[in-house]
Amino acid sequence: MTDQTASTPLVTPSPNGFLGMLARRSEAVILPLAALLVGFAVFSIFLLLQGKSPTEFFALTYRAGFGTAFSWQNTLSRTAPLLFAALCVALPARLGLVVIGGEGAIVLGGVAAGAMGALLAQSSGLIAVPMMVASAMIVGGLWIGSVGALRYYRGVNETIASLLMAYIAIALMNHLVEGPLRDPASLNKPSTAPLADNLRVGDIPGWEVHWGLAFAVLCCVLAWVLIEKTTWGFAARIAGGNMRAAQVQGLPVGRLIVGFTALGGALAGLAGYFEVTAVHGAANASLATGYGYTGILIAFLARHNPLAIIPVAILLAGFEASSGLIQRRMDLPDATTLVLQGFVFISILMSDTLYGRFKVFAPERWRSA
Amino acid sequence: MTQGAIGVETLHMTMRFGAFTALDDCSIHIKPGSFHALLGENGAGKSTLVKCMMGFYPATSGEMLVDRKEARIDDPKAAHALGLGMVYQHFTLVPSLTVAENLVISREDAPSVIDWRAERAALRTFMEKMPFRVPLDRPVSALAAGEKQKLEILKQLYLGRRFLILDEPTSVLTPDEADEVLGHVRKLCADGAISVLMITHKFREVTAYADEVSVLRRGKLVGSGKVSDLSHADMAAMMMGDATLATAAERTGDAGAPILQLQQARAKDRSGLKDIEITNLTVHAGEIVGIAGISGNGQMELMEVLTGQRPLEGGTIRVKGAPYGATRQEAQTHSVRYLPEEPLQNACAPRMSVAENIAFRNFDGAGFWLSPRKMRDHANDLVAAFKVKTASINSPMQSLSGGNVQRAVLARELSGAVDLLIISNPCFGLDFSAVSEIRARIMTARNSNTAVLLMSEDLDEIMELADRVMVMSEGRIAYDTPIAQADIATIGHHMGGHA
Repeated sequence: MTDQTASTPLVTPSPNGFLGMLARRSEAVILPLAALLVGFAVFSIFLLLQGKSPTEFFALTYRAGFGTAFSWQNTLSRTAPLLFAALCVALPARLGLVVIGGEGAIVLGGVAAGAMGALLAQSSGLIAVPMMVASAMIVGGLWIGSVGALRYYRGVNETIASLLMAYIAIALMNHLVEGPLRDPASLNKPSTAPLADNLRVGDIPGWEVHWGLAFAVLCCVLAWVLIEKTTWGFAARIAGGNMRAAQVQGLPVGRLIVGFTALGGALAGLAGYFEVTAVHGAANASLATGYGYTGILIAFLARHNPLAIIPVAILLAGFEASSGLIQRRMDLPDATTLVLQGFVFISILMSDTLYGRFKVFAPERWRSA
Repeated sequence: MTQGAIGVETLHMTMRFGAFTALDDCSIHIKPGSFHALLGENGAGKSTLVKCMMGFYPATSGEMLVDRKEARIDDPKAAHALGLGMVYQHFTLVPSLTVAENLVISREDAPSVIDWRAERAALRTFMEKMPFRVPLDRPVSALAAGEKQKLEILKQLYLGRRFLILDEPTSVLTPDEADEVLGHVRKLCADGAISVLMITHKFREVTAYADEVSVLRRGKLVGSGKVSDLSHADMAAMMMGDATLATAAERTGDAGAPILQLQQARAKDRSGLKDIEITNLTVHAGEIVGIAGISGNGQMELMEVLTGQRPLEGGTIRVKGAPYGATRQEAQTHSVRYLPEEPLQNACAPRMSVAENIAFRNFDGAGFWLSPRKMRDHANDLVAAFKVKTASINSPMQSLSGGNVQRAVLARELSGAVDLLIISNPCFGLDFSAVSEIRARIMTARNSNTAVLLMSEDLDEIMELADRVMVMSEGRIAYDTPIAQADIATIGHHMGGHA
């Protein structure tokens, strides 16, 4: 038995000093940033090939996404669902799972919230709101949690399963809002019954951005605390770092996988809740606008760090917010933003092979003499 | 097909990787038709040397003479053209193809359309000239390990190679198979068909088969000579230099109460087609039970069953009399610890830090919140106590050398009271000093009344450590004997399934 009471540290905590630590940490920032720039560069070539000016594109994006108070408001409103969607990728990713079907949980979470809101239209907000939140989270959690369960207990690839289940979810939503849950008054756009005003979510005072943003940021912070500061998060990181080692340590790998995927799904469901209650006022096809897919890119750019997700999501939300203006001013199709996202994504995935390749980031290099 | 053995000589070969010198001014001479052994610990530069010779690495400086002519070898193709070939530690055959198909596709000039009738005829004449044969129409997957290794060597001869580098060629063979294969190689050398440079750890093979030996230590050639002039002790001294070995602790005390009991334990093997079945296996406190066997005979599956990675289909596992399902709770209650083989792949998260990896076993002792300070102190203490060499406890585990990874895992698993220790190939790929240190720790655990189950493919390790020896073959315990009556030949026969 080693005696733990002898407290003199036998190895100094950080022999490489502050610079070494800085070098080690900066790798995780500089590489994704560089990859982002490479993605932008390739996209610029794409624009040039079409005879459009990349400078104009980025200037317009800046103006429409971040240039004015109005554009910030537009950007931040889009940030909330992106944050939730990115968490739905980042949490399972800590267990080594690539879950790309958050869109499904968003859509079904929104439908659940809308349906529950319509059902409880007569009850007080004190009962209805928690029920709506809970139903959105439970539906989202079950949806993505089942992906984790299929993975662990049946060996089904979680990436494919979650993607295909997103299509099922969208089809289910269409079926429900056009069928059993349809408000007969919604003629052109089949929707659930419009929510009563007391069930809708308003803006953060003085911000003109709905409360979803605040909750999403809070969830990012909590997710970071869960992963970095708790034993559950540590167990998940062990399982993500090496499944076999986690099993040999007797960790409940199955429960961890189902738990983290379900938690991610529940958060994506929350995105649906806020979309319905703060933006659309009812559940309809507008729920499936691709936030879930942009969330994948955000999580990868942020290297699945819940805190890093926040700035990355704002950046990507800015690009999405500006797509309307780009379309009008530069005569580029709507899908241009998707092309940009695609280039950035490929570049980010390729940058993953570069970690540890650059000696500048090695702490030993900065050892103080 | 072969025009006889050629000699190869390296002159002042040096290889640097950045600031690190892996090979330092190394000159060795392999005479035509000689069987030359290359000894050295892990990391001594043996594989760097042969990779430079084969053109996988461009040497920083130095030259090579092939058949007494200066040779420039920029890539393996150039080496092959000069008649140099290499047999790797692991097989490079395609299991689903037949022997004949494997031979033909290995040719660089294999035609796009193969005239199998002609090829087969050519192969038959080739085989007839060889001192040993492998059935041409058998798929490689149906060959035993010894036959596969013979085929690897035949393949090199078929390709017209006249100088062969063998990289630990017997590591996957039974002692009988190893003797047969090396006997054939030796005969080929004696007949002047090839010259051989063999990387090995096993002194027995050097003495029995090689003519000459060169020893590397830390990238330098520290000795060479005729095998007949050198004793095992001389060679060990050259390999080790002034490093001192931790001496194995004396074996003290006798076996106590039964700790681990397996009865009729059955599980599917990796293929899912066959069962492994352990009829009766008991490990007592203060006893090391060694399970010998060639890899792939169910040891891995047994380890997986014991660690809870593979479901039991029938039978029971008990620890201290209670049913055991390898949950974290049970492992903690009964103080069961595991040392799986290749610890970086099986017991660590390579990208997590040394401190985090050391915390795997007890991070959840204090409830919901992690305590980084405790983790750091614990890691600092254990890193010092087990002499783990690392730049910092915050370095990723994968930046450590193999020996230090194993030390860190030992530190994690052997601290505190251990009642049952389950080990698989603890010394795979480790250097001498690490090996003896790790074996000494296992013996110390045994002496302090831990029950140890040791699965190892290294028979010497089992003979050194075990109190009782079992042999696993075809998923069953084929042989069981106290160490006092254990005899290598008998064990070897059981390993090969011939008994």
